[in-house]
Amino acid sequence: MTTVGEEGPGDRRKRRDLLSMYYGKSGEPGKEATSSDQLDIDGPGFDPDTFFTRLVKEKSLTDLMKKEDELLNQITTLDSEMQTLVYENYDKFIKATETIRQMKQDFRNMEEEMTKLSTAMNSITKSSEDIERTLRDRKQEISKLASVHVLLKKLQFLFELPNRLKQAMEAQAYGQAVRYYIQARKLLEQYGEISSFKKISEECNEIVSQVAGILKAKFRNEECTPQQLNECIELLLHLKEPADLLCDEYLIRAKVKIDADLDELHRQIVLMETIKEQISTDLPADILEFVDIGCNGFISDLSLVIASYQELFIHRFQSNVELSRAASNKLIEFVQKSFNRYFDYVEKRVGFEKETGDNTLLVRALDRFYRRLQAMNKLLPTVDFTESGTQIVYRAACGRVSHYFESLKQYFAACLTDIRQALAAQQASARNQRSLSDFLDNLQKSFIDQLKATLTNLQAFVASDITFCARPVFRQPFCTQQVREGFVVRMFQHIFQHATNCCEMTSEKSSIPAPLLLILSKLCLDFSTSTIQYMVVLVEEQFFIQNKAGLTSISELCRESKETAQKLLTHYVRLEGTVVSQMIRKSIDTRDWVNTIEPRNVRAVMKRVVEDITAIDIKVGQLYEEGSRKEQSSDSSKRTAASRQMGRTIASFTPSTIDPSVINNINKLFSERIEIFSEIDFNKVSVLTGIIKISLKTFLECVRLRTFGKYGLQQTQVDTHYLYTYLWRFVSDENLISFLLDEIVNSTLQRCVDPVPMEPSVIECICDRG
Amino acid sequence: MADDAPVIYGLEFQARSLAPQSAETELNKFFIGTQSLRNENIIYHIEFEDESNGINKHVYRHPDGEIWQITSSPADKQIIATVYNSVSTTKAELKCSLWLLPPEEERSRTFDEPQSPTISLEKIVDLPRQEGDNLVHALWEPQGDGSKIASISESTLSYLDLNSADATARVIGSAGIDTKPAKKFCSLRWNPHQNCNQVATGFETSLRLWDLRSMKSVKHIENAHSQQIRDMDFNPNRQYYLVTCGDDCKIKFWDVRNADEPLKVLAHHSHWVWCVRYNQCHDQLILTGSSDSRVVLYSVNSLSSEPYGMLVGDDDDNENDKENQKEPVPQEDRMIGKFEEHEDSVYAVEWSIADPWIFASLSYDGRLVINRVPRDEKFRILL
Repeated sequence: MTTVGEEGPGDRRKRRDLLSMYYGKSGEPGKEATSSDQLDIDGPGFDPDTFFTRLVKEKSLTDLMKKEDELLNQITTLDSEMQTLVYENYDKFIKATETIRQMKQDFRNMEEEMTKLSTAMNSITKSSEDIERTLRDRKQEISKLASVHVLLKKLQFLFELPNRLKQAMEAQAYGQAVRYYIQARKLLEQYGEISSFKKISEECNEIVSQVAGILKAKFRNEECTPQQLNECIELLLHLKEPADLLCDEYLIRAKVKIDADLDELHRQIVLMETIKEQISTDLPADILEFVDIGCNGFISDLSLVIASYQELFIHRFQSNVELSRAASNKLIEFVQKSFNRYFDYVEKRVGFEKETGDNTLLVRALDRFYRRLQAMNKLLPTVDFTESGTQIVYRAACGRVSHYFESLKQYFAACLTDIRQALAAQQASARNQRSLSDFLDNLQKSFIDQLKATLTNLQAFVASDITFCARPVFRQPFCTQQVREGFVVRMFQHIFQHATNCCEMTSEKSSIPAPLLLILSKLCLDFSTSTIQYMVVLVEEQFFIQNKAGLTSISELCRESKETAQKLLTHYVRLEGTVVSQMIRKSIDTRDWVNTIEPRNVRAVMKRVVEDITAIDIKVGQLYEEGSRKEQSSDSSKRTAASRQMGRTIASFTPSTIDPSVINNINKLFSERIEIFSEIDFNKVSVLTGIIKISLKTFLECVRLRTFGKYGLQQTQVDTHYLYTYLWRFVSDENLISFLLDEIVNSTLQRCVDPVPMEPSVIECICDRG
Repeated sequence: MADDAPVIYGLEFQARSLAPQSAETELNKFFIGTQSLRNENIIYHIEFEDESNGINKHVYRHPDGEIWQITSSPADKQIIATVYNSVSTTKAELKCSLWLLPPEEERSRTFDEPQSPTISLEKIVDLPRQEGDNLVHALWEPQGDGSKIASISESTLSYLDLNSADATARVIGSAGIDTKPAKKFCSLRWNPHQNCNQVATGFETSLRLWDLRSMKSVKHIENAHSQQIRDMDFNPNRQYYLVTCGDDCKIKFWDVRNADEPLKVLAHHSHWVWCVRYNQCHDQLILTGSSDSRVVLYSVNSLSSEPYGMLVGDDDDNENDKENQKEPVPQEDRMIGKFEEHEDSVYAVEWSIADPWIFASLSYDGRLVINRVPRDEKFRILL
């Protein structure tokens, strides 16, 4: 509680100052008076002594004189003023006294008047009570009469109602009619039983039902405007037409329009279907136009329907929860049905787009489609159209991905076919030899370019301005499952699969040419070293893939790629090895080695073998690096080493007491087992070694199946020596060749009826000549 | 439990031909013929004693030439046939003859002087052949009285009737290949089913089945292998199943009723596969020999007659067996083992007739290896 006592001293002071000002008196003259105040002659703190001493002190005599005059003047003036004031006030005082006396007189008169008034009022009250008493009985009668009058008025309205209704109907003022009817309805219901009213009631009802009929007809009439429609429905509702029937009617009416829109869409689809058969000259709309037709026709109309339906029914029924729910259920059912059809068409139409190469139009169309759906969602929040919309978009995107996959697959196959044809053409004519690395570069470049171009196309789906891509439901699986896994990874895997199939094709007719195997092998190897890494990272960047859990890892893919490369290379070696083998085999199988003539030359087939292997060497060299060899001696020493080695075999043989096979076995003890079809490394030497091994092993096995005469043995000696001098340079370990060739000569020796070997010098001579 | 070490035996000469003694069902006996052009060839009659892990042998002289292939009569332990190369300085011809082994008491154990067997085989009869046509392969009918033999020359398949009484061989029927350019027969095998009325022949990359009653080709599998077919064998228990091997390093399983595609392809060798043999008792066991100097043993349960292992009889119905029977899981097909005792190409492998767990393999350098199915595998099949 604040009390006065608690007010600050400042407040109190202020208030007191104000009071004192009001009473024309300065509260603190002494305290506040400074020396200048004391000197101010008009100021409240004037101190005559100070003033005087000051004047005497400061002023000269003349000044003092002057001041004295001045002061004297002032005093005189003030005196006269004072006199005037006193006089005036005196006058006023006298006047006031007179006035008071006059008032006293007046009041005395007034008192008398008041008493008179009081008595008059008393008599008035009395008479008024009298009047009231007399009038009370009449009042009730009057009010009764008044109510009867109202009733009569109503009845009159009722009697006039049919006519009025008729008039209103004739004047097409249906609103008026309905209003009349509604006013009267209660009464009619109330007095409907009374016979005289019955007729009126019937008549009215008849008219009103006519009106309702007219309204309904109007309602069904397609041409009436929404406002009219609105009015109709309002009136009909007032007429207590069942709301759900009206809803149905309204929706049926709406359905006609919506169906027309949908039929147009359907027509487009039929056009699309028949375009290939050239039945119609009417060109179907492209996808963007199609979606536009859908948006502008179907969706706009449907939006209108929904909006006006909500306006007409749902909002109106807001007070009635049940009714409103039923109405909105009807609407939702209707909308869903229409949308199902719409989605169906859109899906179908989008299905036609699978073949086209360009994406942008489709993406724009889908985007537009999706945006409109989002807008619909705002209009009717209870139904989620975007869900199924996203599904459609997703499916379309998937369709694109698989289409691109297929076309890239075909593209790749076409590339391979091109290479095949080019290789075949090269084989036919010796001119215009293109290097295999050329083919490889072309293949790789065009494939990667195509892949990148496709990715760019697919990027349209995840462009920042595309609305549906913001949905994780779409974006996540599209980027990871579709683009990365379903397209890029799958493409690589397809290539591996294709390549593996190439290896497994055994039948002669469909087997692919060996150089192509080599190219594919190198391609896969390149994939594993760089391309896969590059492409996958590119995809992940372009499609914003962060979560890589559960996806095929790069290393896995690279491993697969390398395995495929290995398989291809191994198969290549086998294939080329077999080709050379067959040549050797035929040459041995078809000759009578017992009765052959003395060797004069290296057999042509051996030259052919060396030529072929040289050609293979060149081809492999175009793609693969040289690779490492075991330490080798210089070329010149090679020759002597070769002849020495040959010599050893022969020398070991000549003392016929020791069986050559014993020597052979001893030799074998010190050499390792040779894997004929072994793993091939990714280099030229390894590849060539593989091929030569296969060929020489065939040579050996074929020799063992034959029987040789003297010259047969000598011919083999010549051939093997020739092979040695030309083949050692291709392999990683020349001992391997010399070992295999020794085996061949040894086996020939054993298979020889008349073993007379040829002199090493003669062999060398023949070989040099050849 | 360690497996017994393989028994290795070295012959004096190179050899390609190995055959089990078909009529001997008690002892593990094999015939081996050597292949030497300049020395007199001999036939080894090897007996492998499982108990002692030792080898007994008899050797007989085979004076007519180097032996390319050998087959033994299913009925008479004394009779064998060889395909051999008869060589002169100007000619090398492949012929086939039937031989009578010396009677038991005359055989001498020749451990001391292996180089000079004294006893020679007695020739019964030469199989008829056309001049200049090399016989390639001859095989006795695997069952029966030993009176039927099939042979192939390079151009002709012949079906012969042997009459041991008057020592004659009569051609019952013959057939040639009608393809152009003419291909050469290179391998032959009897079908043990259907009363032995069928043989299979391989020529180049194709396979043909012949009905011996009509001497007509009844089935032709074109390009069964991408390269030459070296050998084949019939499943002893499933009559339509056949395995082939060849120069493409593969072995292939076929159902002859539907031979468009092989049932299965195995490739465990790194060079030509020269021979393939079904185990006569447990047809999931398959043996191959290859010129990569290896012998490989496979277990191919999926195509065997007992894919769920041996069926247990109804008598011993203890609980364990019931549990086993409830969930018969076929064992996976797999390679049981690679046997690397050889150092030269293996041209022949054979199962022992007497003991289904023993097999012999022969490499070109004259090394004979007698091996056993690994114990683990044996128990897996039996238990």
